[in-house]
Amino acid sequence: MEQILANGLYLGAQYALIALGLTLIFSLMNVLNFAHGQMYVFGGFVTYTVVAQFGLPFIVGLIASAVVLAVMGALIEKFLFRPVIRKSKRDESTMLLAAGIAFFLDAVILLLFGEKQRGVPKIVNGVFNWDMRLIMPYDRILIAALAVALIVGFILFMQYSRTGRAMRALAQDRMAAQLMGVDVDRYSMIGFALGAMLAGLVGGLLVTITGINLGMGGPASVKAFLMIMIGGAGVISGAIAGGFILGMMESIGLTVLAAYGDVTYLAIFVTLMVFLSVRPQGLMGKPWG
Amino acid sequence: MKRRVFLGTSGLSLALVLSVGSVAWAENAKLKIGFVGVTSGPAAAWGISNQRSMETRAAWLNELGGVEIGGTTYDIEIVPFDDQKDPKRAIAGMEKMAQDGIHYVVGPNVDDGAAAVRPVAEQNGIMYFPYAFPKELYTAPASNAILGMVANYQSGPAIYKYLMENKGVKKVAFIAGNESDPLSQRDSGAAAARDLGLEVVSDTVTYQMDTTDFTPVLLPVIQTAPDLLVLSGVSPANAPQLIRSARELGYTGLISTETAQDAAVLAEGAGELANGFISVGGASTPELASDTMREFVDRYTKMFGEYNDESNTKVYALEYIIETIKANPAAMDDVEEFKKTMDTFSAPNPFMVGDAKLTYVGTSSFGQKRQVSVPLVVNEYKDGKFETLFVAQVD
Repeated sequence: MEQILANGLYLGAQYALIALGLTLIFSLMNVLNFAHGQMYVFGGFVTYTVVAQFGLPFIVGLIASAVVLAVMGALIEKFLFRPVIRKSKRDESTMLLAAGIAFFLDAVILLLFGEKQRGVPKIVNGVFNWDMRLIMPYDRILIAALAVALIVGFILFMQYSRTGRAMRALAQDRMAAQLMGVDVDRYSMIGFALGAMLAGLVGGLLVTITGINLGMGGPASVKAFLMIMIGGAGVISGAIAGGFILGMMESIGLTVLAAYGDVTYLAIFVTLMVFLSVRPQGLMGKPWG
Repeated sequence: MKRRVFLGTSGLSLALVLSVGSVAWAENAKLKIGFVGVTSGPAAAWGISNQRSMETRAAWLNELGGVEIGGTTYDIEIVPFDDQKDPKRAIAGMEKMAQDGIHYVVGPNVDDGAAAVRPVAEQNGIMYFPYAFPKELYTAPASNAILGMVANYQSGPAIYKYLMENKGVKKVAFIAGNESDPLSQRDSGAAAARDLGLEVVSDTVTYQMDTTDFTPVLLPVIQTAPDLLVLSGVSPANAPQLIRSARELGYTGLISTETAQDAAVLAEGAGELANGFISVGGASTPELASDTMREFVDRYTKMFGEYNDESNTKVYALEYIIETIKANPAAMDDVEEFKKTMDTFSAPNPFMVGDAKLTYVGTSSFGQKRQVSVPLVVNEYKDGKFETLFVAQVD
C-alpha cells in the first residue's frame, strides 16, 4: 500500500505541473491548447540536447527548456492566437489553430531531434528501500520534490506578484480587468509564455526519468485535459487536485486491476464520464464558466 | 536587339535544359520500390529505420551506376508512404503504390496494417515484405507477403532454451503493451515457454503504449519473482524505461525481448542498468558484419546523422527484392515470376562474413517459402554496445 501511495504522489506531482500550464492558458484566453503535450516534448528534447549532446549540467538544460519554451509560447500567442482571437469570435478557430500547432510541432521535433527515444543520465543514483515495502529511486524523489517546489513557486507568483495578480484579474473578468487598466495583450502573452514554460520544465524534469520521444505529446495532452476536467477548467487549485487525483487513480488501478489486463484507463474514463455527468464543471470549477 | 538576344538566350537555355533532362532520363531507367510503414508518432523509429535503410542502400547502388537487370541498368527509386500505424492509411498507401505501378513494397510494420493491405496487394500484383508476424499472411492460400525478419515464435523458443540450459532459468514472466503485436507475441511466447517446461508466473500484465512510468505496471510482475522477464514486442522507446524500472524495483534476474533494439537508446535511457539485456538483432556485431555492412552503417550515418541498430535487420528486404528480380528479370512486372524464383533463389549475403546466403525460408513455419533468411543473432547489451550471445538460422 505504501508503494501504491508513493507512486501515486510521484505521478500526481508531475501531472499537476503539466496541467497547471494548460489551465493557466485556458483561464486567461479561453484557449484549449492541444499543443501543450508537444510543448512538453519539445522541452524534454531541449534539456536532452543541452545535457547529453553539449555535456552541460542538468540545471542548465532545465533553464534552457524554460527559456526556449517561454519564448516559443510568447511568439505563438503574439503571432498566432492573438490575431485569430481578434478576428474570430468562434471558439473552434482557436481550437483548430492549436491542433495545427500540435501537428506542426510534431513535424519540427521529428526534423530537429529525430525519431528515437532519448534520455539523459540519472541525476542522482541509488534507490530508497524501506524494508521492501516502499521502493523509490532517489532521482524520482528529487524530481517529485522539484515538481512540488515549482507548483508552490507558481502559486506564490500568481498570488503575490503584480504580474500574477494582473493575470488572475484577467482570468476572472477580462473586460473588467481591461477597464481597470490591465494590458490584456501583454498579460495574455506573459500567461501563454508561462504556460508553455511550465510544459517545457516538466519535459526537462522528466527526460531524466522517463526519457522523451516524438510520440509522447498527444498522450500527454490527453492526460492534461483529463486532469483539468477532473479539477475544473481554468482553476489552478483544480489543476493541482486533478493531477494528484489522476496520479493516484492510475497508481491504484495499475496495482489492483493488474490481473484483469490493461483496464486501468478504461476504469478511469468510465469514472470520469459518470463524474462529469453529475458535476460537469469539475471539482473546483464554476458552472457559469 | 536586346529583346532578340534575350529570346535567343532563353530558347537556347530551354533547349539545353530539356536535352540535359532527357539525357539524364535516358541514362538509367527507374526501378521503383515502395515503402508503406509508420514514420511518425510513437513507433516512428520502426518505419524510419526501414525507410532510411532502403534510401541508403538505393543511393549507394545508384552511385555505383545502378543495378543491371536483364541487360538494362536501373536506378533504384524508393517511394515512401507514412501509414501512421493506421490500417486505413496502410491501405491508402498500398493503393498509391498500385497506382504508381509499383510491384514490390517493404512494410507495413505492424500486424493490423499488414493484414489490412493484403487484398490490395493481391488484387494489384504486389509482393510486400511486412515486419508483422500473423501466420495467415504467409500461409497458403496467401502468397504475396514475405516476412522481412525472424518472427518471435521462431526466436523466442531458441532464446528460452538457451537461457534454460545456460543460465538455469526456470520461472518466466511476460509483460506486453496493450496492442495487437505485443499481445500476440506475448501469447505465443508464453505458449512456447510452457512447451519447453518453463513455469510461467505472470502473463496477464499489460501497459498502455504511451505509458511513461512503468514502476506501478511492473510492481505486480516483479512480485512473482521470475528468473526471466520477457518484454514481449517491446518498442525501442519503451524498453529502456521498462528495464530501468524493473532494476530499480530490485529485480536482479534476466530480461529479454524478441524485437530488435538500439544500443544508443538503451545507453541513454537505462545506462548500465541495461547490461545483460538480451534482444534480437541482425549482422551488426563485429564478428559477423562484413565490410559491406560496415560501409552501409557509415553511409547511413553520413546521410542521416545517426545510425539505428534496427537497420541491421531492415537492410535486407530491398536486397532480396533486387537480387530476386536480377535472378529472373521477368519478375520486374510479374510477381508470379517472382514467386516461382523464390523457391530456388540463392545469392551471396553481402552483409555477413563467410559464405552466408540470401535465400527464402519459412517452410517449417508457413508451409511455403515466405520469409527472408535473416540471421537470428541473439545479442546481449553490455556497456553501450551489443555482443553476440549466439547465432541461429530459421528453418
